[in-house]
Amino acid sequence: MNFLQRLLSQPKAETTPARQAADKNSGQETSFTKDLSQLTPGLHVGKLSDIGQVRERNEDSLYAIHSLLQHNVGQEWFGLFIVADGMGGHQKGEVASSLAVRTAAECVLKDIYLSYLTNNNQSATNRPINEVLITAVEKANTVVQEAVPDGGTTLTIALVMGHSAYIAHVGDSRVYWFNQGTLKQVTKDHSLVQRLVELGQETAEGALTHPQRNVLYRAIGQGTAMEVDIYVQHLPPGSSLLLCSDGLWGPVKNELLREIIGTSGNPQEACQRLIAAANKNGGEDNITAVMVSIGIEN
Amino acid sequence: MIFETQRLEGSEPPKKPQNVNSDYDESKLPRGAVLQKRYEILQVLGEGGMGAVYLARDLRFSVVRKCAIKEMFSTAPDPQLRNLTRESFEREANLLVQLDHPGIPKVSDFFTETVRYYLVMDYVEGEDLENVLENTQGMLKEDTVLDWAIQICDVLVYLHNQTPPIIFRDLKPSNVMLRKNSNRVALIDFGIAKAVDATQKKGTMIGTEGYSPPEQYRGVASPRGDVYALGATLHHLLTKRDPRLEPPFTFHEEPARLLNPSLSEETNAVVMKALEYDLEKRYQSAQALKDALIAALKKDKSLIAPNPSASTQVLPPTAPASHTNILSGQPPVPPQYQPVQPPPPAQYPQYPPPQPYPAQYPAYPPQYPPGYPHPPMPGILTGEPDTELSDSILPIWKFKCEDEIRSSPVADKTTLYVGVYDNNLYALDLKSGQFKWKYPTEGGIAAKPFVYNDRVIIGSEDRVAYAISTGGRLIWTCPTEGRIRSSARVEFEHAFFGSDDHRLYAVNAQTGRVIWRFESMGPIRSSPTLGDELVYVGSEDGYVYAVDLSSGTHRWKFRSNRNVTSSPALFREMIIVGSQDWNIYGLDAKTGYSIWQVRTGQAVISSPVIFDEIAYIGSTDKYVYAIDLRNGRVQWKFNAGSPVVSTPAVTDEAVYFGTMGGELVSINRRDRKVRWKFKTGGPIPSSPLVFDGIVYIGSTDHHLYALPA
Repeated sequence: MNFLQRLLSQPKAETTPARQAADKNSGQETSFTKDLSQLTPGLHVGKLSDIGQVRERNEDSLYAIHSLLQHNVGQEWFGLFIVADGMGGHQKGEVASSLAVRTAAECVLKDIYLSYLTNNNQSATNRPINEVLITAVEKANTVVQEAVPDGGTTLTIALVMGHSAYIAHVGDSRVYWFNQGTLKQVTKDHSLVQRLVELGQETAEGALTHPQRNVLYRAIGQGTAMEVDIYVQHLPPGSSLLLCSDGLWGPVKNELLREIIGTSGNPQEACQRLIAAANKNGGEDNITAVMVSIGIEN
Repeated sequence: MIFETQRLEGSEPPKKPQNVNSDYDESKLPRGAVLQKRYEILQVLGEGGMGAVYLARDLRFSVVRKCAIKEMFSTAPDPQLRNLTRESFEREANLLVQLDHPGIPKVSDFFTETVRYYLVMDYVEGEDLENVLENTQGMLKEDTVLDWAIQICDVLVYLHNQTPPIIFRDLKPSNVMLRKNSNRVALIDFGIAKAVDATQKKGTMIGTEGYSPPEQYRGVASPRGDVYALGATLHHLLTKRDPRLEPPFTFHEEPARLLNPSLSEETNAVVMKALEYDLEKRYQSAQALKDALIAALKKDKSLIAPNPSASTQVLPPTAPASHTNILSGQPPVPPQYQPVQPPPPAQYPQYPPPQPYPAQYPAYPPQYPPGYPHPPMPGILTGEPDTELSDSILPIWKFKCEDEIRSSPVADKTTLYVGVYDNNLYALDLKSGQFKWKYPTEGGIAAKPFVYNDRVIIGSEDRVAYAISTGGRLIWTCPTEGRIRSSARVEFEHAFFGSDDHRLYAVNAQTGRVIWRFESMGPIRSSPTLGDELVYVGSEDGYVYAVDLSSGTHRWKFRSNRNVTSSPALFREMIIVGSQDWNIYGLDAKTGYSIWQVRTGQAVISSPVIFDEIAYIGSTDKYVYAIDLRNGRVQWKFNAGSPVVSTPAVTDEAVYFGTMGGELVSINRRDRKVRWKFKTGGPIPSSPLVFDGIVYIGSTDHHLYALPA
C-alpha cells in the first residue's frame, strides 16, 4: 500500500498522466473495459487513500470489504465501505478516524453480514438494517469520545446488498452516485457553509473557498447527541457509488469528477486518477476515495 | 480588544463547546502581583484567546475598590504585526473611554507593561445570563427577559448612534451580566476587534457561534447584525435551546413559541422577526426592535387572566428537518402535525408465536378492533336514505346493494366493478352509477376484482375463483379448498391469488388452469404483488413469502410476529408491508432482509400504497402514516379518529381513506389539512378508488358511493 501510495502521489513538478500509472500498477482489476458500465456481473471495488501534498500525516481512514456468495438461489453479493476524515492538529485525528471506522465495521459485520450468512430465513427479530447502521455510528461516537477527548472525525458508511446501497452519514465526507454519465451527490454535508448555501447566503462555488469551509456542526466524538442521516440508493447494473473525504471533492469539482469516472475502465483506475487530480489541484488535505461499481447482468 | 466574561469568584465556566486553540502558554499573573504600582491582582476572572481577565484592587484608595483588568498580548512573531496590534488596542481604548452608558462598564485606565496591554474598567459584580439560565428551574419569566432585552437594546441604540457606529458583534447570553441583587444588565466583552481567523485548519469542527447572523460569514458587519444576535440570545433565554448545539440557522424550524407555549404571540413575533436571515426583513435598527419589545411587554402586562381559547394551537414538529433534498436546496417547510414518537429502544414486544391452523383461526367477517361497537344493520329493502351525509360533500350517485361492501371497486373504461357480500359481482356505469349486470356466486365476495383484457377475475367465499366476461358471462371457474378473500393480480398471462386453504395459486388467465400452488401454514388473505421474477404475499401464519413466479418455488420468507393480512407493495428493490404485530416493514426484495421498521400503536391490516417515493398506510391505532422510502423514516402521521383498516388511495393532491368510524376522509397530501369528510352508515374496511376525478367507495352500510375527488 505504501509503495503504491508513494508511486501514485504526484510530486509537484511532474505531470505523469495518471492513466499510465494506473495501467502499470493496477494490481486490483484486470478487466479491459472502456467504461464502468461494461463490467462483469457482481461488485467491483476500487480504493485509495493518499496523504496529499501539504499535510504531515494522513488522518483519513478507510475500510472496504466485499464478498460473493454463489449458490442454488443465484448470486448474492455484499459490500461494506467506510470513510472517515479525522480532525487535524494535535488532537490525534488519525486515531479518531481509525477507531470510528473499526468500531462501525465491527457492528455492521456482526449484526448484518454474519447473521445473513448463517440465517437464510429473515425474521422480525433481526434488527432492521437502518437501525444497525445508526447503532454503529452511535457506538463509534462513544468510543471516539472516550479514547480521544476533544478529538473528532467524520464518518460515512455504505452497505451494498444486491442492487441497493444503505448509507449512514455524519460530517462532510461525501457519497456520490454515478450512472450513465450523470453524477449525483447523495449525502448532505453537515457544514456551516452548506447551511449558508441552503439559505442563499453563499453560492456553491463560494463555499469551496470560504474561510470556514471546514467548520462542521455535526461530527463523531464531539458530543453525545448524535443524529445520523440515512439514505437508500438504488444501484442499477452499470452504476457506481463513490465515497470520498473532502480532500477529494474540495479540489476536484463535480465536472471533473464526472469526467474522470466516466472515462475510467474500472473503479481502481478511477480512484487513482481522482486522487492524482486532487494532488494536481493542490492536494491541501488528505485524499481518500472508495468506489464500488455494479457489473451488468449477462 | 476583548473584555472577557466576568465570572463570580471561584465559579467554573459552564460546559460549552470550546473552539479556542490556546497555542500560547505564557503564564498568567499570580495573585498579589502589582501592575503600575497601583493595581493588585486578586484573582483570575476568566481566560480568553488573547489573555486573561483579572479581578484587581486599586491600591490608590484605602478602601477596597475593585476593578476588572483585561490583559491582552499579541502572539504575532512579526514585529510589524505586533505594532499594528498595539495601535489598534490604543485606538479602541480611546474609543471605549468615551462611552458613557449605564449598561457598559466604564473604562478608567489603560497601559502597557513589557509586551502586554492592559485595560482597567469597572468590575460588574453579578452573574452572566448563561449561568442564570442554567441555574433556573424551568423557563425564565417572559416579562423579566423582555425587560432585560429592552435594556440591551438601549445599549445597542447608544452604540449604533456613535460616530462611527460601534457594532457589538458578539452578543450572546454569556456576554450579558445581570448585576447582583438587581434587574439591571450590562454588556461586557466588546468583541470589536475579534477577527475571524482566516487560516483555520480543520482543528475546528463544532463550535460555530450560533448567535451570529448569516451575513457575518460573508464579512458583513452592521447594526442589523446585532439585532439578529439579540434575537438569537432571546430565543435561547426564552426556550433554553442553545443555538450552538443545533445545526446553524435553524431557528425558524423551531420558533420560540413552539418550544415554550407559555410565550405570547407578540413576543414570539418580535423574536422571530429579529431572527430573519434576510437582512431586509429584519428590524432595521435596534430602536425599531426596542419599540417592538416595549409593545410586547405592555401587552403581556395588560393581560389580567389568560384566555385559553384565544391562543392558537402550535404543534410540535415531526421528524427533524435534516432530510432536505440537497438538490432542491429549499429550506424545510415547518411541519404541522403530531410529533412522531421516536421508536422505543429495541425491545421487541413478546408476542405468542402464530397459532397452528386452521383450528383456532378466527373466521370472517373481519374482526372489528376489540371494544369497537358493531354498527346497527340498516333495513334492507326500505329504500329510505339510511346514512347521514356530512354537509361538506355530497355524492354524485350512490348505489344500494343487499349486503355489506367490504372490498374495493375497480374501474375499466366506462364500467365500475365491485364485489359485494350479497354473493354478487356488480357491474355499474362509472358516471351515472346505473346498474349494468351482476353475476351471482355462491358465497360472499370480500375480494377486489381484477380486470384483465376482456374479463374480470374475482374470488368468492364459495371457494371458487371466477373469470367473468365484461359482458357478464362466465368464462371459467377455478375451485380451491378454502374461501377466497385475497384479491387476484394478473400479469404475464397469469392470475395470482391466495386462498384460505393456505395456498397461493398461479392460474392461466386464459383458461383457468392451475399452473402451480405454493403452500404456506395459514390462510392467505393478503393480495400478492408481482416483481420481475418473484411474487410476494403475506400469510395469516405470520410470514411474508417470496415465491418464484414461473415455478412457484419458495425463494425466501420473512417472519413477523403476527398475521400478515396487509398486501405487500413493491418499490424498486424494497417490499413494504404491514403486519398485525403492529409494525410496518421495509424489506429487501431480493433477500427478505429487514431494512427498516416502523412501529405503530396497533395491528396493521391496511396495505401500503406508494406515490412519489412515499408509502401511505393506515393502522388500527387510528393513524395514517406517510413513510419516506428513501430512508424509512416516518414523514408524518395523521390522526383519523378511528382505526384505519382501509388502504389509502393517493393522487398528487390528496390522500383518501376510510375509517372504521364510517367516514371517508380526504386530506391534502402536502399539508394534511382535511379537505372533506363523508360519513356513511357503517365502518369502511375497503379502500377507495380514485378514477377520472371521482372517488368511489363501498361501505358496510350496503352502499357504493361516487363522490367528487
